[in-house]
Amino acid sequence: MDPVLKVTDLSKSFSRAGKKDFFAVDHVSFALMSGEILGIVGESGSGKSTIAKLITRLIDATGGKIEIEGQDITGLKGREMIPVYGKVQMVFQTPKGSFDPRRTLGDGICESLRNQGVPKAEREAKARALLEQCGLPGEFLERYPHQVSGGQCQRAAIARALMCDPKILILDEATSSLDVTVQKQIMELLQELQQKKELAYLFICHNLALVQQFCDRVIVLWDGKIVEQGLPDDVILRPKSEYAKRLVEAVF
Amino acid sequence: MAGLLDYQHVEISFNGNAVVHDVTFQLYPGEILGLVGESGSGKSTLIKAAMGLLGSSGMVTRGDIWFEGKNLPDLSDREMRHICGEKIGMIFQDCGASLSPIRTIGEQIVESMAAHRKVDVTTAKAAAMELFDKLNLKDGERVWNSYPFELSGGMNQRAGIAIAMLMNPVVLLADEPTSALDVAVQRQVVEEMMSVRDAFGTAIIIVTHDIGVVSAMADSVLVLRDGRVMEYGRAKEILENPRNGYTRKLLSAVPRLRRG
Repeated sequence: MDPVLKVTDLSKSFSRAGKKDFFAVDHVSFALMSGEILGIVGESGSGKSTIAKLITRLIDATGGKIEIEGQDITGLKGREMIPVYGKVQMVFQTPKGSFDPRRTLGDGICESLRNQGVPKAEREAKARALLEQCGLPGEFLERYPHQVSGGQCQRAAIARALMCDPKILILDEATSSLDVTVQKQIMELLQELQQKKELAYLFICHNLALVQQFCDRVIVLWDGKIVEQGLPDDVILRPKSEYAKRLVEAVF
Repeated sequence: MAGLLDYQHVEISFNGNAVVHDVTFQLYPGEILGLVGESGSGKSTLIKAAMGLLGSSGMVTRGDIWFEGKNLPDLSDREMRHICGEKIGMIFQDCGASLSPIRTIGEQIVESMAAHRKVDVTTAKAAAMELFDKLNLKDGERVWNSYPFELSGGMNQRAGIAIAMLMNPVVLLADEPTSALDVAVQRQVVEEMMSVRDAFGTAIIIVTHDIGVVSAMADSVLVLRDGRVMEYGRAKEILENPRNGYTRKLLSAVPRLRRG
């Protein structure tokens, strides 16, 4: 099976006056298979979110290669990225912060299809259908971000990510800011959507228990490097690296 | 035995709307009480009421909060100043943000001590260093000379605990003190608060949505939902054998790590 996403020697470094370059992501290589849920764990500053931003090209890599379905997207610019965003979408940690406060949820959800030139009636019908799949009534299209709860807003963000029928969803701490009961509902929704639409998830999370429940494979990141990877149960029950051991021990 | 801090049928309203209803509990010396619930359940509001931090639109509309024979909501600002910080300390979710960004930790420690008693820099520093040492905060000198942005989130949080403990309060109120931290650092902060209790006999109320933190440190637990008490009792009993439907739902939603 071919990977939908392949990352080779990916690096992001920052130059510092009078010091050696700082590597936020340091020669990381991994592949995400079609329909797979791959977890990335590590503490803040380990480079998890930087990887998400590199893959979605929100920031530029300083080295390495990102391939989506075999296409090298590392150097694509501007409009060249539009078809790529039809394949990769992202759900952010802070649902409210990821919507424009002055525009309705509907505006935000429909934006990707508007960019692709889909007619208004068609994109709104799709948005309504997706909202309902995500457990929100269609009227939520008219709401502003401040009129909904965090959990509802995250459901809308998931609907937004699914608008262009992507193959890959990047979930960057998508449930971390939510209450546990809401987190559980969102996880169930993600699981259901993944099976129905055969999505591949890159699940970035600092909660090991959630990764253990949810992921097919897990990568442990430390200091921008992969220190361990494997099946969640292998990594959590029998960690090999010092860091993974520490991470598991720290969980209450 | 009367509690150290005694909430009796407390109702709290914002702009005339009651958001916390009829909450009663007692905190005893050396006890750690976990206040749990989801966002918006009124957990933070409850402890802010004791400190008089409800802002201009919020007030305790019914019931009493007794502390050392005084009803806290009835006290004047002047009287509250002798209690807040000195007898009841508080730790916030993000200590880094609750410290002034343009002064060093040391300067802020001197300032906060000087608000309660006559103190010079040398004495304040000696007291702080001794406490840092007791709390296993290495590099006390560096922390003293640092601005909050020069310290990591975990270090700021631990410095915040140290500052709150400098006046040796009998009650420590902690509002989501570990929520902004990584697991490894969370554990350190939790251990730090436990050692505060063991070393000084401080009674602690910890507000958190993290059941793991509660099970690691609390003696008793109060579960709050929409401003009402769902369940209140010994932590072990509630966590292992919840009676209330909502508590059960809350506990079952917590992802747990299987360790084989």
